[in-house]
Amino acid sequence: MALAKISSVTGRAVYVPGNDIDTDRIIPARFMKCVTFDGLGEFLFHDVRKNDDGSDKPHPLNEPRFKGATILLSGANFGCGSSREHAPQAIQKHGFRAIVAENFAEIFFGNCTTLGIPCATAARADIARVAAAIEANPATEVVLDVAAQEVRFGGQRITVEVRATARDALVNGRWDAIGELLDGLPAVQSRARALPYLAA
Amino acid sequence: MTTPKSLFEKVWEAHAVRTLANGQTQLLIGTHLIHEVTSPQAFGMLRDLGLKVAMPHRTFATVDHIVPTDQLVEPYRDPLAQAMMDELRRNCAEFGITFFDRATGKQGIVHIVGPEQGITQPGTTIACGDSHTSTHGAFGAVAFGIGTTQIRDVLATQTMALGRLKVRRINVNGRLRPGVYAKDVILHIIRVLGVNGGTGFAYEYGGDVFDRFSMEERMTVCNMSIEGGARAGYVNPDQTTFAYLKGRPYSPAGAAWDEAVIRWKSFASDPGCHYDDVVTIDAASIAPTVTWGINPGQGISIDERVPDPAQAKAVDERSSIEEALAYMKLRPGTPIKGTRIDVAFLGSCTNGRLSDFQEVARFLKGRRVAAGVKAIAVPGSQIVALQCEKLGLDRVFADAGFEWRAAGCSMCLAMNPDKLVGDQLCASSSNRNFKGRQGSPTGRTILMSPLMVAAAAVTGTVADAREVFAVNQN
Repeated sequence: MALAKISSVTGRAVYVPGNDIDTDRIIPARFMKCVTFDGLGEFLFHDVRKNDDGSDKPHPLNEPRFKGATILLSGANFGCGSSREHAPQAIQKHGFRAIVAENFAEIFFGNCTTLGIPCATAARADIARVAAAIEANPATEVVLDVAAQEVRFGGQRITVEVRATARDALVNGRWDAIGELLDGLPAVQSRARALPYLAA
Repeated sequence: MTTPKSLFEKVWEAHAVRTLANGQTQLLIGTHLIHEVTSPQAFGMLRDLGLKVAMPHRTFATVDHIVPTDQLVEPYRDPLAQAMMDELRRNCAEFGITFFDRATGKQGIVHIVGPEQGITQPGTTIACGDSHTSTHGAFGAVAFGIGTTQIRDVLATQTMALGRLKVRRINVNGRLRPGVYAKDVILHIIRVLGVNGGTGFAYEYGGDVFDRFSMEERMTVCNMSIEGGARAGYVNPDQTTFAYLKGRPYSPAGAAWDEAVIRWKSFASDPGCHYDDVVTIDAASIAPTVTWGINPGQGISIDERVPDPAQAKAVDERSSIEEALAYMKLRPGTPIKGTRIDVAFLGSCTNGRLSDFQEVARFLKGRRVAAGVKAIAVPGSQIVALQCEKLGLDRVFADAGFEWRAAGCSMCLAMNPDKLVGDQLCASSSNRNFKGRQGSPTGRTILMSPLMVAAAAVTGTVADAREVFAVNQN
């Protein structure tokens, strides 16, 4: 199970402003009535992007100039709420490869890392600089350098932070832990024997 | 002499298998709870990889999110819901997992079923693909909400990769005033510490109020730890915990019970242990609390006015107040009391237990739901429903004009037919007031305690339950 080494993500970016953007907003619960994650990308941010009649509301993801963006920029406490992996799955299936925000809710952060989506935190003013650059020119190439912990865009750069454990996992291609967890099974069995409540 | 340790540290150390290459811990998960919404893809991944469930005897399933609360007979009217039901049944049968299906009489919301079966125990680790897994911390367990890929990890290895959390001790000392409940305590804590104040922390709740709290009250508080950004929340196990667990189906019995109690006690935080942060709250300062906005931290006491963005200290705060008020259709600076409601919802993993219905029924007897208000009462499990029905509480609710429903998540998150319509405003005992949370993209939610929901139901407005039900005199 060789995994991609994700040391950087390069592409165009889109800024979805706001704090406390929750997982119900990212993917409303009614779209979770499914037994696979296929097709979730279409419903990303559905209720803030679409009117009841299916027409578009004003939203950055509806703007043609930001179509094809692979880096999502946002505010504080991004991904708060539910543990639903449907949220990062919808983001990934919509085409995003990385998220830069002021900070992330814990479970969401872990879910993203496990899917190989780097989540980088940055100062509000710095995110605003990137947002201003892409607003001025949506074609601006943005590079999230996970290893160097910086974002480069239009000749500028900002410092970002990718938590050490996540950075290591992404850069070294071990963001999906299953292989390593399976390797530990003998140790798991011996640890389990010391815990009476696990007895069969 | 050994260094004093917190419960979190002790449980972590007892379950840490090894350190992974990236520095995270491979943590043994003793109890894995699964439900129909977040597990099917995980079983799919397991099949793709040709893996088995490592400890089927430590994996328990129930169905809660999608079950209709007004239809017991399958097939369900919603074919997607039926498909999820069928998939869970198939997965449990194939992998040898105990399934508390509706036919067993033990079905219910996963965070209500675990404790009532005695599966949730002190000093254990628990994971479930649901963020309200923090509920189980009420027993002195360390319980995590996880995503679907991690469900696969736990299914396949009974472990997951996790970084260690810091611990914040939250003391609530003194006495709660009459009409103030566990729900108000947690809404107050989130209001004070913020919706992301708990990031990186497990919350350890303690102090006089928690010492006196029943297990059900402790569960209500731990349940909403995640709304405060804390991935886990717990209360140290004590006699209240042991008394609750004694005689439950999965609790140890006989000599094993005595041994278990000794072991459970040993997990409680030692006096003088290190906390990364300590917060102390005076119980008397907590009022019946309601939310006015679109996240659970946007709360005020029932006597307060909705904030005015013009008074906001920071630009950011102003824009978030404006956004919330626009969505909630509330006017800045107006009292929250008196706001007209359309729907009253009693239930959820936060407040869908026997004591919640008992407390409301005590005051609801002889009262009527206001004209034009749709009120539903949804027990959190089949066992809770049965307990209520034996006590005649279902009649009290029905006589008052509440619809008495079958067990499930119901209107908390609207993955089932119980949904708001249009911009209906719901007085809700659930845990989230996010935009669209209750099923309508423009639906509005005000979070509050069960008795406050009842007060809203009978007056048709957001009301002070202490006044409506003369709580002080009871």
